[in-house]
Amino acid sequence: MLGALVIVFREVIEAGLIIGIVLAATRGVAGRGRWVTFGVGGGVLGATIVAFFAGAISQAFAGAGQELFNASMLGLAMIMLMWHNVWMARHGREIAAEMRSVGTAVSEGVKPLTALAIVVGLAVLREGSEVVLFLYGIMASGTSGSALLVGGLLGIAAGAAFTALTYFGLLAVPTRYIFSVTGWLIALLAAGMASQAAQYLNNAGLMVALDRVVWDTSWMLSEGSIFGRMLHALIGYTERPTEMQLVVYIGTLLAMYVLMRIARYSPREREVAV
Amino acid sequence: MRRIILGLAAILVFAGATARADDLTLTLKDHHFTPAELKVKANKRVMITVVNDDVTPEEFESKKLKIEKIIPGKSKGIVRIGPLKPGRYPFVGEYHEDTAKGVVIAE
Repeated sequence: MLGALVIVFREVIEAGLIIGIVLAATRGVAGRGRWVTFGVGGGVLGATIVAFFAGAISQAFAGAGQELFNASMLGLAMIMLMWHNVWMARHGREIAAEMRSVGTAVSEGVKPLTALAIVVGLAVLREGSEVVLFLYGIMASGTSGSALLVGGLLGIAAGAAFTALTYFGLLAVPTRYIFSVTGWLIALLAAGMASQAAQYLNNAGLMVALDRVVWDTSWMLSEGSIFGRMLHALIGYTERPTEMQLVVYIGTLLAMYVLMRIARYSPREREVAV
Repeated sequence: MRRIILGLAAILVFAGATARADDLTLTLKDHHFTPAELKVKANKRVMITVVNDDVTPEEFESKKLKIEKIIPGKSKGIVRIGPLKPGRYPFVGEYHEDTAKGVVIAE
């Protein structure tokens, strides 16, 4: 039972962290609960469908279907996160000011909640489909399944508790800094996703250039440990990054920085400031 | 767009065809891998077909090989690894780590 709990918990950590960060990043925005619920619900539904078609996805594109699918999901989530940060660079100050003046609630629709709902949905979909397959495996193997199933469900519950912990931890950050903190977290999250996507493309037999492993920190922190998994989800920690993964990671951060600078210093913004 | 997709498909099919030359297969049965030790050529990209003979799905995982792949029950999946430096690269079936384990030896 404990084994099943740990396996499922390990899978849901990443989605849990992302949901916690998204909830903190949308603090004070009316209607966010509905959007996040929508994202989680859509993700669970998607995960079940993906799990059901796992065989077909795997066989597609000469056996590289799963890798290409994962890379696309990560790429899409990365773009959504980037969009969110760029949008916040432009409007963040107005929202923070409004939050201070009218209390906590900001009018609905001010923020592109759809982007973050999609990020949540994709995270749940990716990790969730593995959980669904694992739980299905337990049920398919029959007799001794019930204790394992309970373990698996407890693993999901532990993941939900972990989400709450992330969220309330971030709530402790003062309102003045919350958007810069979540902005940084989202930038690192996006860079980590991009480098993971690069590795999936490599595994698919595409983008095989720069595939030399640069360093190995597995002796220090295993990527398979709970803490390693958390860092993997949070900042894209990889024990053996390839040159390509590092290039993509730094490139994503640079691209986000440049786009945010452009958004911040738009003429429109200056007019508002005057 | 269509041409791009066709081109992509062609590349993938080609990649599949070339690697079939040195056919490497791992079979998972009753949550055990056979062979438990798989020898591959070092410094070359290698393709391994992982056959899952069990009814339960498995996640083929190796941090050292940088691979994480779901293989549904009664199904098979292709894993592309390398180029590897000579050495031992352990792997596991993440859902049954106690029994489903093995090592790729690059030489």
